[in-house]
Amino acid sequence: MLGAMPDSTFSPRATDPPPDRGAYWRTNLRYVGTLLAIWFAVSYGAGILFVEQLNAFTVPGTSFPLGFWFAQQGSIYVFVALIFVYVVLMNRLDRRFEVDEGDSAAASGRAAVSDARPEASS
Amino acid sequence: MNVQAWTFTLVGLSFALYIGIAVWTRARSTKDFYVAGTGVGPLANGMATAADWMSAASFISMAGIVSFLGYDGSVYLMGWTGGYVLLALLLAPYLRKFGAFTVPDFVGDRYYSQTARVVAVICAIFVSFTYVAGQMRGVGVVFSRFLEVPVEIGVVIGMGIVFFYAVLGGMKGITYTQVAQYCVLIFAFMVPAIFLSLMMAGTPIPQLGFGGFDPSTGVPLIERLDGLHRELGFAAYTSGAKSTLDVFAITAALMVGTAGLPHVIIRFYTVPRVRDARISAGYALVFIAILYTTAPAIAVFARTNLLETVRDAPYETVPEWFTKWEETGLLTFSDSNQDGLIQYVGPDAVDAAGVPITNELTVDRDIMVLANPEISGLPDWVVGLVAAGGLAAALSTAAGLLLVVSSAVSHDLLKRGLRPDISEKGELIAARIAAGVAVVVAGYLGINPPGFVAEVVALAFGLAASSFFPVILLGIFTKRMNREGAIAGMVTGIGFTAAYIAWFKFISPEMNSAEHWWFGISPEGIGTLGMLINFAVALTVSRFTPPPPRAVANMVEDIRVPRGARGAHEINA
Repeated sequence: MLGAMPDSTFSPRATDPPPDRGAYWRTNLRYVGTLLAIWFAVSYGAGILFVEQLNAFTVPGTSFPLGFWFAQQGSIYVFVALIFVYVVLMNRLDRRFEVDEGDSAAASGRAAVSDARPEASS
Repeated sequence: MNVQAWTFTLVGLSFALYIGIAVWTRARSTKDFYVAGTGVGPLANGMATAADWMSAASFISMAGIVSFLGYDGSVYLMGWTGGYVLLALLLAPYLRKFGAFTVPDFVGDRYYSQTARVVAVICAIFVSFTYVAGQMRGVGVVFSRFLEVPVEIGVVIGMGIVFFYAVLGGMKGITYTQVAQYCVLIFAFMVPAIFLSLMMAGTPIPQLGFGGFDPSTGVPLIERLDGLHRELGFAAYTSGAKSTLDVFAITAALMVGTAGLPHVIIRFYTVPRVRDARISAGYALVFIAILYTTAPAIAVFARTNLLETVRDAPYETVPEWFTKWEETGLLTFSDSNQDGLIQYVGPDAVDAAGVPITNELTVDRDIMVLANPEISGLPDWVVGLVAAGGLAAALSTAAGLLLVVSSAVSHDLLKRGLRPDISEKGELIAARIAAGVAVVVAGYLGINPPGFVAEVVALAFGLAASSFFPVILLGIFTKRMNREGAIAGMVTGIGFTAAYIAWFKFISPEMNSAEHWWFGISPEGIGTLGMLINFAVALTVSRFTPPPPRAVANMVEDIRVPRGARGAHEINA
C-alpha cells in the first residue's frame, strides 16, 4: 500500500519505514561498489599488480615513474577524492529518499548536550 | 638560544597548551567521558582522528622506513591511508547511527551475546596495550635524545601529561588536545620538509619536489637516486624486493586493520550526526594525507643526502651530526678494511675487480626524520620543533588507546556485564580509575618494554583485520549473520592469524623467510588471509544455525538509514 504513494506525500517526520528503503539501500550499495572498484584499481592495480608496466611511463612534467607515483602519491589523492564523492552522493541520496537528518532541528537538540564546542574558536 | 634551549621551550609550551585544554574540557558525564557528548564538529573530529591515528611510528619512523625500502615502503603509505576509504564507506556512518560507546558494545548488541562482547573486549584491550607500549617508549626516546634526560624519566613525564587530560577529560579532553597535537605535529613535520625540498629541488612543495629536477644540474632526483643505488649495490629505489603477492597481502592487512582498530572507530561515535561521521572520515584522511604524501618526499631527499654525504668519505672529515648520532648508537661505523673511508654499500656491491665490498656503516631508520634538520643544516628551532612534534604524535595516540582500554573495563565489563545496576556517577568514577590504571600499566610497559614490541605491531593490525573488521561489516551488510557465525568467525580468524605470527616471530624465528611462508605471505600480511578465513567461516556457520531474532534484523534495518540518529546515552539508558 505504501508502495503506491508518491514520494511527496511522506511526512518529513514519518516513523514508519518509507516504501523504497530497499531502493535506497541498493543505490547505496551501487555507489559503494563503484567507488571501491576505483579504490582497488588505483592501489592494488596501478600501485602493485601493474606497477612494473606503468613504470615505463613518467608523469608528465615530472620525473616520477607512473607506477611508483601511484604507489606513493596518486593512490592517496584518489582515496581522499573517493570519500568526498561518496559524501556528496549520499547526502543527495538521503534527501531524495527523505532519510536525511535535517540541517538544524536534529542537530540542535544534541548540540545543547555538549556544553563546550571549542573547535569554533580554534 | 641553542638547540637544547629551543627544545625545552617548544616542548614546554606545547605541554602547557595540552594542560590548559584539559582543564577547560572536563568530562561531566559518562557520555562526555566516552564519546565527548557526541558534540564534536566534523572538522575538529577529522583533526583529532588524524592525531589519534598518526603515532610515533608515523612521525618518527615512517619516512625512514620508506627511505630504506624504496618502492616496498609503499605498503605503509597505501595501507595506512586506504583503510579510511573502507571506514567512510563501510563502517563509520552505520556505527554512528547505532550510537554505541565502544566497539564491543556494537558487537555484543548486534550479536545478542555476552560471549561475543567478552571476546571483543579481550581483542580491544590486547590490541590497544600492544600499541600503547610503543607510544610510551617513543615518548621516552624523544626525551632522552633531545633533552638528555633518561628514558625512564621521559616516560614518567609523558605519563603525567596523559594522566592529566585523559583521566580528567576522558574523550572530551582527549579530542581537543588531539586537535592541538595535530597542529603541532603537522607543523613540525612540514617545516623541515619544505626547507629540504627548497634545497634539493628548488620548490617549496615536497610532493612535487621529489619528482622534480636538481635546480643546478637539471638531473631528475629519482633518476639520480636510482643511479646511486645501482653504483652502491642496492636494489633500485623505484622497484622493490618483496614479492608482488606479499606486497598485496601486507597492504590489504594494513588497510583492513586500520578500519578495524577500536581507537580509530570510536572517534566516529563522537560526532552529532551520521553525515558528520562520513565527512569527518574525509577530513581525517586529508589531514593524514598531508603527512603521508610528504613522507615519501622526505625519504627521497634524505636518502640522496645521506648517500652523497657518506659515500667513500674520509672518516676524519665527517660532519658534526655524524659524530653526534654515533654517540647515540643509531649510527655505527666500523672500518673493516682500514682505509679510513666510509664504505656504505648494498649487498650487490663489487669493486672494479669484481670482488664484493663489505658494508661498514649501519644507519638506524629513525635517524632520517630526527636528524634531518641537522644533516641539512636547518636552524636550531627546527630541531626543537621536531622533538615537540614527535611527542605530540606519541601522546595523542597513547591517549586514544588508553580511552579504549578504560571504556572496555568500565562500560563493557562493568555496566554492560558484571554490574548493570551501577550508577552514572559510579560508572564515571570507574572509568577514571580504569584510565588511571591503564596509564600506569602503559608507562610500565614503556619503561620495561617486552622484547617483542616491534613485532607485535604486526600482530595488532593482523588481529584487528581478522577479528573486528569482518564481524562489524557482516553485522551491517547481512541481516542473516547470527551469533554463532560471528563468534566462530572471530575465533578462527584471530586464532589463525595469532598462531601464524606466533610461529614465525616467537616459536621458530629462524624459519621466518619467504620459502617457509604459506603462499609467500609474510607474518605482516597474514591478517589478510585471517580476514578471508573469518568471512568464510562466519558465512558458512550462519547458514547452518538459526537466524538472529526479529529485533536484531530490525536494528540492522534501522542503522542502514541516517534519519533518527540519537546520542549514545539514549540507546543505553
